[in-house]
Amino acid sequence: MTRRGLARTLTYLSLVVAGVVVLLPLLVVLLTSLKSEKEMANDSGALQLPDNLLNFDNYVTAFQDGRMLSAFGNTAVILLISVTGTVIIGSMAAYAIDRFTFRFRKLVVALFLVATLVPGVTTQVATFQIVDSFGMFDSRWAPIVLYMGTDIVSIYIFLQFVRSIPVSLDESARLDGANAFTIYRKIIFPLLKPAIATVVIVKGITVYNDFYIPFLYMPSEDLGVISTSLFRFKGPFGAHWENISAGAVLVILPTLLVFLFLQRYIYNGFTRGATK
Amino acid sequence: MTDTTEKVARPNVAASAVRKAKAPRKVRLWRGLTPWLFLAAPLVLLITFTYAPVANMVAYSFTDWDGVSPELSYTGAENYVELFTRPELFEVFFVSGYYLAASVVQIIAALYFATILSFNVRFRNFFKGVLFFPYLINGVAIGFVFLYFFQDGGTLDSVLSLFGVDSDRAWLGTPVSANVSLAGVSVWRYMGLNFVLFLGAIQSIPGELYEAAELDGANRWQQFRHIIAPGIRPVLSLTVILSVSGSLAAFEVPFIMTGGATGTETFVIQTVKLAFQFNKTGLASAAAVVLLLIILAVTWVQRRLVPDDKVDLV
Repeated sequence: MTRRGLARTLTYLSLVVAGVVVLLPLLVVLLTSLKSEKEMANDSGALQLPDNLLNFDNYVTAFQDGRMLSAFGNTAVILLISVTGTVIIGSMAAYAIDRFTFRFRKLVVALFLVATLVPGVTTQVATFQIVDSFGMFDSRWAPIVLYMGTDIVSIYIFLQFVRSIPVSLDESARLDGANAFTIYRKIIFPLLKPAIATVVIVKGITVYNDFYIPFLYMPSEDLGVISTSLFRFKGPFGAHWENISAGAVLVILPTLLVFLFLQRYIYNGFTRGATK
Repeated sequence: MTDTTEKVARPNVAASAVRKAKAPRKVRLWRGLTPWLFLAAPLVLLITFTYAPVANMVAYSFTDWDGVSPELSYTGAENYVELFTRPELFEVFFVSGYYLAASVVQIIAALYFATILSFNVRFRNFFKGVLFFPYLINGVAIGFVFLYFFQDGGTLDSVLSLFGVDSDRAWLGTPVSANVSLAGVSVWRYMGLNFVLFLGAIQSIPGELYEAAELDGANRWQQFRHIIAPGIRPVLSLTVILSVSGSLAAFEVPFIMTGGATGTETFVIQTVKLAFQFNKTGLASAAAVVLLLIILAVTWVQRRLVPDDKVDLV
């Protein structure tokens, strides 16, 4: 084999190994979720195929005893409100910062900038007291407000886009008698579509996956979102890996679908989000 | 006649001038107010949920408050002294070491895969997707997937027995093994983001550079060293800082998988336990302030090393 050929083979080999390392743990959990309690008790080995590939009993259990349906409902409500709020708040802030000159503008920009440096996990000790004093503890409002209020990255994404919209559009609208709010609503907001798509996807996935905030702020079982409801599988299902696996697969599946359909947006979104 | 008209006209002109001056002032006031109307909601939220907590946290850190009772007393720097002198409180920093080491592995792997996938490779999009997907998965689901992975007779043991290795060890049973396993999970989870960031940076390097290099007889390694490496330096430095702060703030994977048992407690797990289980809000605040200061310091160092405006690849 030539040196080039060997290098090619090694390249592909490393890719295949990486692929197996990523996919195998997930595939095994998928297989486990299709096994019956009996099969698990017989200790058939993690890599064994289930007897019946269409055995969805564990999924039924996960929905019924694991309360996954109400979890998906709670997640959907929180996701919808907080993502909508983030888009509106972020685009308004970006519009104001980019299109107006006003006193303390620099200070406002600095406030948003410095806030990106404060990692959310560290401040929850004190944030908790504030959320609690508003009476929002153990309600869906706590995560909604926190997701809306602490997302500075999306303001940056909007800011980049607002900058790229020519000011002449604003000016000609103003000559036609439009006020600032009309300009925002009729001109800026519609042109922000690509940025909105990015923010919705990135924010949506982040909210869907978040564990820390719902875990701290919504201890009631009725208010379980998918993360916390799945986390509670640990107790009652103990060593019933077939049930736990079914729950995990249920949570991963929507992510996989979204990823397959929106790949391009997702890559762009996360690159943009991380580099700002 | 002309005289009177002039006399009458003058005050008229003056009055209209006054009126003209008045209207703009109102408009100006309204204009001045407009940006603040747009900024009101974001600013109120920002101050209430970011700056007020930081300020409160610093204040709490000098008290012995338990988070519930109305009474609290000022204790000076006592919490900070306790934090740095009680060895079991300080030990959590050593756990961060595992995650730091893991992030070195993670960055090297991400660089490697980004480089080879930036060249023409078959099934490129498939491999890109596979490597990135773990980053999108819910943390709790990942925790369970890997609890089963490291389980006695679970995925890892089964794979090893395929190769004839009969391992009978509890992977999460001893502190070192458990921390290495958890750090490995965090590599599995976060490598994809670094990889996609690097790949984006590499692909934004103009293709002619490679062609020119190839004409000059440069091999792959030389292309990497002289074209790719300088092109991704800003993203690399950003990744390093994200990794350092991520290692210090590691929480989800260890909390979900072991709950901080067998010596896997990280700084954030400890802080959460101090604050919400043991009601030591004062001490927990001091811990959080220390972590915040470390992360700010690391960020500051990075900003000094790499000027800000360079990190702008999109």
